[in-house]
Amino acid sequence: MSTYNVLVVEDSPTMRQLIVFALKRIRGLNITEANDGVDGLKKISAENFDLILTDINMPIMDGLKLVSLVRNDPAHKDVPIVIITTEGATEDKDRAMAIGANDYITKPIQTLKIIEVAKRLLKI
Amino acid sequence: MGDQEQEHENRAEEFLQVFKKGAEFTTDLLKENERLRYQNLQIEEKLKVLNGSVGEDGASEELLKKIKKLEDEKVEIISRIKHVEEENIDFANRYVEIENENNMLANLYIASYQLHSTLDFKEVLQVVLEIVINLIGAEEFSILLLDEKTTKLEAVASEGLVNAEIPSFELGEGIVGEMAKTGDNYFIDELEGYERDFNHPLVCIPLKIKEHVIGVIVIYKLLVQKKKFTDVDYELFTLLAGHAATAIFSSKLYTDSERKLNTIQGFIDLMTK
Repeated sequence: MSTYNVLVVEDSPTMRQLIVFALKRIRGLNITEANDGVDGLKKISAENFDLILTDINMPIMDGLKLVSLVRNDPAHKDVPIVIITTEGATEDKDRAMAIGANDYITKPIQTLKIIEVAKRLLKI
Repeated sequence: MGDQEQEHENRAEEFLQVFKKGAEFTTDLLKENERLRYQNLQIEEKLKVLNGSVGEDGASEELLKKIKKLEDEKVEIISRIKHVEEENIDFANRYVEIENENNMLANLYIASYQLHSTLDFKEVLQVVLEIVINLIGAEEFSILLLDEKTTKLEAVASEGLVNAEIPSFELGEGIVGEMAKTGDNYFIDELEGYERDFNHPLVCIPLKIKEHVIGVIVIYKLLVQKKKFTDVDYELFTLLAGHAATAIFSSKLYTDSERKLNTIQGFIDLMTK
């Protein structure tokens, strides 16, 4: 069975655990956690990921900046990115999609939605 | 004379020829007749056999019985297929229901784990805020704790609002005070068109340790994508209130005792130096 590396970038431990728990429902995922954008970038430079899920509003480096940096990095520019946002308003979502995010998930968190999006982008 | 005799002989010969032909024709006719009679007999025999197989009462009755049995089996199979299809739909619905329950339990497990992962009062409040945002989908809400001395409910943590904005409530005063007094959950009847009113919140959930209320979670606004509460939300509120209450209460006690311990330690240090 194939193994996929997935990175979850989220500053809130509760939210991060919820996402990780949802992703663990999919077999064959190797999940790595990061606290913020900078931590996420460090992990991206050290390992190849098949999927990145990132929050938008985070300290130090936000999710939008992270999406932008990943898309401008030739080594990782094709990695699918899913943004997670509290905003029901479309502004953050549209900006993230415009700079290269592949999909988005809005809070409150829905386990089945996370599973569906992850499976679709990982093509499993 | 000779000519006459010759003519008679010729005529006799001709007659003989005609007679011979007539005899041959008659023989052929007899043969054909014999052949047709034989064919007729064969056909009659066949008809007899056919009539015998269909016409016998016992055999046809057997066939009719078999047809009826097959028809009955067909009806039963159709009915069983229908029943199985209904069961399938029922199983599918139950699967979705169980999947949702499963997800809710998983979320509750994480929420509970996070709530009890620290004894720092501020951290616990932060976890409660995160849970209410991420699991319930609230945008503006506040946690009010009951001051046992003054019997007032005071805001200690808020999201989307400033604590100072939130009025304090006497136990039993208004919806918030009443829910804190009775320990009942309050949900507004109609979410649509609601405008923030501190005295009439969307939701008010008492934080209870058994029957002892230590405070309330009051929600004034939901995230825009959250249009209504689901069944899971109601369960989540109740369960969350219990877990949050114990976590808040124990962390508050721990923080207070640590502070007191530090004060006492400070005194002791001062006295002994």
